[in-house]
Amino acid sequence: MTIEEIQNEIIDEFSMFDNWEERYQYMIDLGKTLPLIDDIHKTDDNIIKGCQSKVWVHANMNDDKVAFTADSDAIITKGIIAILIRAFSNQHPTAIIEANTDFIDKIGLKEHLSPTRANGLVSMIKQLKMYAIAYQTQLN
Amino acid sequence: MSTTQKHIDFHVEAIRKDFPILNREVNGKPLIYFDNAATSQTPQQVIDVIVDYYSNYNANIHRGVHALSQEATDAYEQARIKIQKHFNAKHAHEIIYTSGTTHGINLVANSFSSLLKKGDEVIVSALEHHSNIVPWQMLCERTGATLKVIPMNTDGELILSEFERLLNANTKLVFVNHISNALGTINPIEAIIEKAHAVNAAVLVDGAQSCPHIRPDVQALDVDFYVCSAHKICGPTGVGMLYGKEEWLKKLPPYQGGGEMIAEVSFEKTTYADLPHKFEAGTPNVCGGIAFGAALDYMNAIGFDAIASYENELLEYATNQMLQIDGLKIYGTAKEKTSVISFNVGNIHPYDIGTILDKMGIALRTGHHCAQPIMDFYQIPGTIRASFMFYNTKEEIDTFIAALKKAVMMLS
Repeated sequence: MTIEEIQNEIIDEFSMFDNWEERYQYMIDLGKTLPLIDDIHKTDDNIIKGCQSKVWVHANMNDDKVAFTADSDAIITKGIIAILIRAFSNQHPTAIIEANTDFIDKIGLKEHLSPTRANGLVSMIKQLKMYAIAYQTQLN
Repeated sequence: MSTTQKHIDFHVEAIRKDFPILNREVNGKPLIYFDNAATSQTPQQVIDVIVDYYSNYNANIHRGVHALSQEATDAYEQARIKIQKHFNAKHAHEIIYTSGTTHGINLVANSFSSLLKKGDEVIVSALEHHSNIVPWQMLCERTGATLKVIPMNTDGELILSEFERLLNANTKLVFVNHISNALGTINPIEAIIEKAHAVNAAVLVDGAQSCPHIRPDVQALDVDFYVCSAHKICGPTGVGMLYGKEEWLKKLPPYQGGGEMIAEVSFEKTTYADLPHKFEAGTPNVCGGIAFGAALDYMNAIGFDAIASYENELLEYATNQMLQIDGLKIYGTAKEKTSVISFNVGNIHPYDIGTILDKMGIALRTGHHCAQPIMDFYQIPGTIRASFMFYNTKEEIDTFIAALKKAVMMLS
């Protein structure tokens, strides 16, 4: 699936929720259940310090596709990471570089990508793109 | 219900009508504003003063011969006198307008640079906001002085016996907040000032968190410097005051150069203006200063005794209910504290609880509250902080407790 197809799938899933509580409960459950990163990658090198929550990101490339793993110490941040990783992971670097995050707006979670929340997510998305750029350079 | 209770309840409903922002909704719910330690809300009386200034007499002050400039200058200087009277300073020129608490601290720290040398010692408390740590670290780096820290106990109280051990003939300055922003502890500044003066050290007290709740008397305290911000006391952002004893303000060199702070300028030599203008370079926040005075008028009309007693009631009411919640831990349990409750529930991250409560229209602060050393002391990433002002109600606390229980249920 392309990033856009996955994003549309996520938008469809979220359209089933009637209110914020269901949306948040879903994200909290995602945050609780998914193992998002190996402990060996939860290093200081991989940390993105937000004022509010911490985020760890790790990347590697297999068969010209970049795979991301990540984590956060806050569950809601972690839930959003799970959604972002689902959309961006296992994709070609070019697709990651070109992708946008408008779907987060469409599923009613825009506020979490505001820099004022200082939760590390904005920096995390930048970091995903930086990894993609680095891997694309390797491919060239 | 006692008579006092009725009286206070009556006041709160009347007082709430003064604050237009308390009528708004957030995420479809009536706003409950419990982030008062970050900034207070503004009553219509102060908003009117701001509108009146820009509608009728906006002008640059002190040098203009025209009517508007004189009116603006008069109002600005009258506000300085209101501030002087409020804090009981001996002279109006001991009140320096600043852009806020942080500016006041930096002004003193910078001006002290020329008075400190290697071997001198500067003491701060473990309860400080970053704004009362970093400027002193910078001052010590510039001058070669050493920074020492008064430790705290697990209740969030400063250990005075340790403070006494730190004091010696090399101690030149002591900086402490009157009330901790992260925990609400009221520090024993009277004792701290007395002990510091015994070794001839000057004391700066950061009053950012105290001024909304108590009315400090700088002469009775015998404090050398006292700083605060208007926006915590129902005034606008971007304005505050530094009180300094006349003898200190005369001794300290100016902090910033510019217009207003000079007497005569030539390329060979400039002589500085008298107090307070020596420390007020450039066009000041004229409207802000006038509105600061109006905010103090507003608070004094209600009365600080009534405010403190009502806020204590809110603190007790909220604390008792919160302690009923399983796994809830309050940080900062000092005997003397103001209406600030810093807490966590179990292992739930403060950001998660803050996010869910925001969805329910409740404004709280989460994070390290610019006091990372305190969070390190308790070994936590941060806390959730609810802080109350005299316009908050017990009904709001009930709604907050119900919302908090719901958030905990969702996140557990």
